[in-house]
Amino acid sequence: MRRTLSITTAALVLAAAVAGCGSGGSGDTGATDGAAAAAEETTLTVYAAASLTATFEQIGEEFEQAHAGVQVEFSFAGSSDLVAQIQEGAPADVFASADEANMEKLTADGLEGAEPVAFASNTLEIAVPPGNPAGVADLDDLAGDLNLVVCAPEVPCGAATRKVTESAGVELAPVSEEQSVTDVLAKVTTGEADAGLVYVTDVIGAGDEVEGIEFPEAAAAVNVYPIAPVADSANADLAQEFVDLVLAEGGQTVLRDAGFAPAP
Amino acid sequence: MAAPSGRVGVPAWIFVPAAAGAAFVLLPLAAIVLRTPWSRFLDLLVSPASVEALLLSLRTSGTSTLLCVLFGVPMALVLARTTFRGQGVLRSLVLLPLVLPPVVGGIALLYTFGRRGLLGETFEVLGIQVAFSTTAVVLAQTFVALPFLVVSLEGALRTAGQRYEVVAATLGARPTTVFRRVTLPLVLPGLVSGAVLAFARSLGEFGATITFAGSLQGVTRTLPLEIYLRRETDAQAAVALSLVLVVVAILVIGFARQGRSSL
Amino acid sequence: MTFHYDAAVADRGVDLTFDIAPGRTLALLGPNGAGKSTALAVAAGLLRPDTGRVVLDGRPLTVTGHDERDVLVAPYDRQVSLLAQEPLLFPHLSLLDNVAFGPRSRGAGRAGSRTVARRWLGEVGIAELADRRPAQVSGGQAQRAAVARALAADPRLLLLDEPMAALDVAVTPALRQTLRRVLADRTVLLVTHDALDALLLADEVAVIEDGRIVDQGETAQVLAQPRSRFTAQIAGLNMITGTWRDGAVLTPAGLRIEGRPDGPVPRTGDPAVAVFPPRAVSVFLDDPGGSPRNALRVTITHLEPQGGQIRVRTEELSADVTPQAAAELDLAPGSAAYFVVKATEIAVYAT
Repeated sequence: MRRTLSITTAALVLAAAVAGCGSGGSGDTGATDGAAAAAEETTLTVYAAASLTATFEQIGEEFEQAHAGVQVEFSFAGSSDLVAQIQEGAPADVFASADEANMEKLTADGLEGAEPVAFASNTLEIAVPPGNPAGVADLDDLAGDLNLVVCAPEVPCGAATRKVTESAGVELAPVSEEQSVTDVLAKVTTGEADAGLVYVTDVIGAGDEVEGIEFPEAAAAVNVYPIAPVADSANADLAQEFVDLVLAEGGQTVLRDAGFAPAP
Repeated sequence: MAAPSGRVGVPAWIFVPAAAGAAFVLLPLAAIVLRTPWSRFLDLLVSPASVEALLLSLRTSGTSTLLCVLFGVPMALVLARTTFRGQGVLRSLVLLPLVLPPVVGGIALLYTFGRRGLLGETFEVLGIQVAFSTTAVVLAQTFVALPFLVVSLEGALRTAGQRYEVVAATLGARPTTVFRRVTLPLVLPGLVSGAVLAFARSLGEFGATITFAGSLQGVTRTLPLEIYLRRETDAQAAVALSLVLVVVAILVIGFARQGRSSL
Repeated sequence: MTFHYDAAVADRGVDLTFDIAPGRTLALLGPNGAGKSTALAVAAGLLRPDTGRVVLDGRPLTVTGHDERDVLVAPYDRQVSLLAQEPLLFPHLSLLDNVAFGPRSRGAGRAGSRTVARRWLGEVGIAELADRRPAQVSGGQAQRAAVARALAADPRLLLLDEPMAALDVAVTPALRQTLRRVLADRTVLLVTHDALDALLLADEVAVIEDGRIVDQGETAQVLAQPRSRFTAQIAGLNMITGTWRDGAVLTPAGLRIEGRPDGPVPRTGDPAVAVFPPRAVSVFLDDPGGSPRNALRVTITHLEPQGGQIRVRTEELSADVTPQAAAELDLAPGSAAYFVVKATEIAVYAT
């Protein structure tokens, strides 16, 4: 009896302590924000795939300029992580996925506020270190004796890689199957890998650190980015307006500049 | 020996925060057990990817523990038994991996043993490629685990003191004999617990490995990397593998406790 | 000359010089902190003196601060064994393997070393404990094993550091007898603060005070005729210093102490001492008067039991009285009294 009591007490104390931390923290920020800014300020929370970081931050600024008193906050991460968080009740207003599979997880749970719309697409490209030390020219060269790094088939860029190689009939022997496209890019920029398969946007984003080599077989796997407002959003109208901006000329220009292709 | 009135220094209220702390550690473990998909557990466990990841983890952790002992014992002895200029600074630097985020360790290793790293070109000339190899996994694990062994053993050496070593020397034992027949047996419990800590740390190593070694089934994808990757497509499988890692860790700790008590 | 020691360690304020002849035992006698342990550390090669020369059987072991090349032979290569206060038996080895450690380290085979070890365990009377671990034997047995271990290493010089200090009083006499027997023909440097150890184990003593030797000679001689107040204290004797005037020791305070000259009668004006044991002192509350007795007015500082009697201490002197006498006189710290000693009980000699 004593024992159960003390465990219950412990759990309560722990819960209270954790709750105290949480409410204390947000209460503090709320207080300072409230004192400093107008009371009617609203926050739009956008969950977006990590590959959209640069473009969406720019679009977010445009959105804030067009909507006084609105602040856009982003959470950038892997699409599957973001879906999992939304499924667990994370307060997202908008979700932009790097692939259709993860968006389907959202719609399967009925968590979309409107029909998802494709807003951009991306294709694979070969990334090599500056100077292209292994002399890679096309997809077939990747099957040769070199340090090739790709995404693991479990993640979207890896699925795309598999689709491309299967349709092209090329058998690759990578030295590593990375967790994310960022990891692949890092292995190429540090020169550890002679070549990696990443997205066109990644090559452009990396600037001078890598060289990109387009290859025609990439057309077999066009990665489509869908976006949708999240169901039960407190700012449903604003969420829809954000989606509209991404689809409009303003958003599309930003995306195009970063190397994204228009949605098919 | 009985512990008479052992509770004189333990106020009743202390059990509340102690139990809260214990619950904080144990509840997540319970959560893993509760979420484990028992119906598919065996299938998940014996899948080639899981088995290869587990075997690779055990093999690399074993190797890195061995390396930790080979290098850590001399390091601990030098730190505990000698004095030289800059020793304090050196100790702090050597123990740095204890507090570094492992990903930082991975980056540091990359710029040391990678192709363009400090030693990478030398290795390249010798025809050895470290990156993307199982060797890289072992290096990453050794890097993060070595300080655990050194700290644990240095403490044991300081506690044991030098008196037995002095006696052995005056009995005519050369330093190597003293080390082998007196010092090592005296600190064996400390060495064992240090090695177990190092093994456990190696087993759990993730950040430095993924940064430095890459991830390829059977070569560099250890169990933690496999769990992280499996999360992408099959969260239940990740939970099942996590449970495997928890069980292995518990076995290791249990083995270490038994080993210590028999000494 | 078998062992020569001459070394100074400045930061510990220790500067000692002595020799030990082959087969002899020298006791360094002194209180804690006098510099005894420093001497042992230098002799064992654990401490490098600032200046010094330590030579064993003609072989320089430590030479520093001299014109010749510095020498510091490693501890393992000196053939100097150390027996400390505590046995420090290796806890992971049986007593047999502990004792066999020295021979093994010096290159003997396992079987040969164990034979030697068995013989030494027999010498110190614990042959039957050979297979026990140190944790399974008593403190006295462990110290015996430690003695056997030190001797089994066949040292040219044996260092003993308060070998009885950590032991139960009940077992020290037997161990002392054993040591007396096994040390008989060995060259030994014994460090102790116990006059009894020195008396029973040492041929010669050197009394150390504040890092210097203040008294040195044959043990019985030094202890019976102390030349420093400190030696007298260690020997358990009272000593009063002064100068020789008119057949008595005249103290700086003007007190005359009469006694029996021990050896040649001092010449007038010589520094001289009067020495007497505490048991020769009677305690009175008033001056009893009368010759040939010496009466010293004292203030008692404390009382303590001493072998069935009460030792009455003052700043510089002590007296032994029966508990009944102490009770009758109502002695207590702070009370004034007279220490009275017959002249025949006092030894007087020049220093």
